[in-house]
Amino acid sequence: MDIEKVKPEAEAAAADSMKIRITRRLRANATQVGIIAVFLLVWLFFIVAAPDTFLKPQIYNAFMSTIPFFAIMALPLTMAVIAGEMDLSFTSIMALGMVAFIKVFEATNSVGLAFLSSLLTGTLAGLLNGAIVVWIGIPSLVATIGTQFFWRGAVLVILNGKGGTLVPIKETLLRKIMVGQVAEYLPSQMLWLIAIAIGTWILLNRHKFGAHIYLIGDNENSARLMGINAKRTRILVFALVGLASAFAGMMSSMQVSYFWPSLGEGYLLRTLASVFLGGTSVFGGVGTILGTFLGSFIIGAIEAGIVAIGLTGFYTQLIYGFIIIVSVSMHAVMRKRMH
Amino acid sequence: MEHRLELKNISKSFGEVQSLKNINFHLGRNEVVGLLGDNGAGKSTLIKVITGYHQASEGEIFFGGQLATDLTVAKARKLGVETVYQERALAELQTLWRNIFLGREISNRFGFLDVNKMKEETNRLMLESMGFTSMAVNPDSAIQTFSGGEKQGVAIVRALYFDAEIIILDEPTMGLSLKETRKLLNFVREIKAAGKSAVFIDHNIFHVYSVADRVVVLDRGQVAGEFRTEDITLDDLMDKMYQIAETGSFT
Repeated sequence: MDIEKVKPEAEAAAADSMKIRITRRLRANATQVGIIAVFLLVWLFFIVAAPDTFLKPQIYNAFMSTIPFFAIMALPLTMAVIAGEMDLSFTSIMALGMVAFIKVFEATNSVGLAFLSSLLTGTLAGLLNGAIVVWIGIPSLVATIGTQFFWRGAVLVILNGKGGTLVPIKETLLRKIMVGQVAEYLPSQMLWLIAIAIGTWILLNRHKFGAHIYLIGDNENSARLMGINAKRTRILVFALVGLASAFAGMMSSMQVSYFWPSLGEGYLLRTLASVFLGGTSVFGGVGTILGTFLGSFIIGAIEAGIVAIGLTGFYTQLIYGFIIIVSVSMHAVMRKRMH
Repeated sequence: MEHRLELKNISKSFGEVQSLKNINFHLGRNEVVGLLGDNGAGKSTLIKVITGYHQASEGEIFFGGQLATDLTVAKARKLGVETVYQERALAELQTLWRNIFLGREISNRFGFLDVNKMKEETNRLMLESMGFTSMAVNPDSAIQTFSGGEKQGVAIVRALYFDAEIIILDEPTMGLSLKETRKLLNFVREIKAAGKSAVFIDHNIFHVYSVADRVVVLDRGQVAGEFRTEDITLDDLMDKMYQIAETGSFT
């Protein structure tokens, strides 16, 4: 072969390899690219449909103060779903953690102790979920329906169905750190959400724990054959969901300075919808933190957007349900095409 | 010299079922042992005891003369046992680099991953050992797109990467094409040439005979016979295998 012929071929090959590299990048991050596109489209749609609402800063302040309450739970829940598990009990754990908070605060008058005991309670409730799933061998969907009712019942029994005021802690430093305003317009909970998103991203993508979560969710048998401690990993994931739930429960209660024993009941659907809309597969092994983060903002915006464009709030559930069905089905269809 | 691996009186029961009965087995240094036996003879259970996946109900395991207690997969891998499993033990939705380092991720002592190092190593292995040159495959490719032979290649390269002293191959030719099978048998010879030891399990007696120094025959959870391949012809070995299948022993 003479050199003149080889040269243009080499150039063509280089151009091809560049093209391949770009398509490869896009394909590898297809779900993330997809969720960013959906995010921008939904935003654009609301700006066009309800410019009076969506071009003013107030609505974004409202989003940043309410969305973190469920987004903070959606992040570790994403890890649980990637590991092939499901947790439906986090709504009740939010309330359970607050019971610990109120009881310890009554007994010690210390917000610090109350805060820590709430986090501890949430973590223990999560560990219990993990233990039931891993050691007793109950599918997590069923196990956590059980603990959801159990802990809600416990909350109602312990507090006799009554709520409790959080006005005495209104001026404490803890409340300012949790739900205060930074520089007048940025809610602290948004900063917490960003910090927790970064933390869970690092855990999932740059730590052994996260690597094992993906592997277990993909093929638990392979993971165990290669020496991964699948049981411990799964139990810890449930503990993280419990920890985040107690944290989110304190946050949303402090925001309104009152603890309702029904705390969390409105969060189940939107938290799950955030995870699935974000591209996490209900079959396990696939999912991203960025997807859930953006998914939670889309879900949060839909509720406000529906009202802003003039529909009744009744549409919210309908749309959440629709989103869950569509995003879960997409993975099933893609899986079928692969095999 | 101590054996590379030695099992003494190993028994394994699953509830009422006794899968292995008083197995005595050894693997010498730089030796390839073929493990033969019918379905249900206990081949897979035996190797899963060696790899730490199953814990023996009774008996002792020695690595290089050292007694190993409470053996787990992670521990066995640290002791230099790498396995190419029949079921391949891959996570198909995950990337190539995650599969190469499955369960032995490169990380610091706090468990944080060195992702770049793992991708670089995977890239090197792809070019040097796996023979992937296509631009379509890279360390970030999900392995569900690979062919059966390529997936087997991933499982083998992974076993070699960690510089194992003992490589266990459990039915590695299953689902491979003729050409891929020949490549695999050559690969077993390379293990031997590199001074390492291997346990080779295969249904196909021709494959085993052609690469093993010694053949151990299992039957109904017990060692039924043991032959050096240089002392026995292939025809004789086959006769013995039939005898064992019919009577449970070769004498």
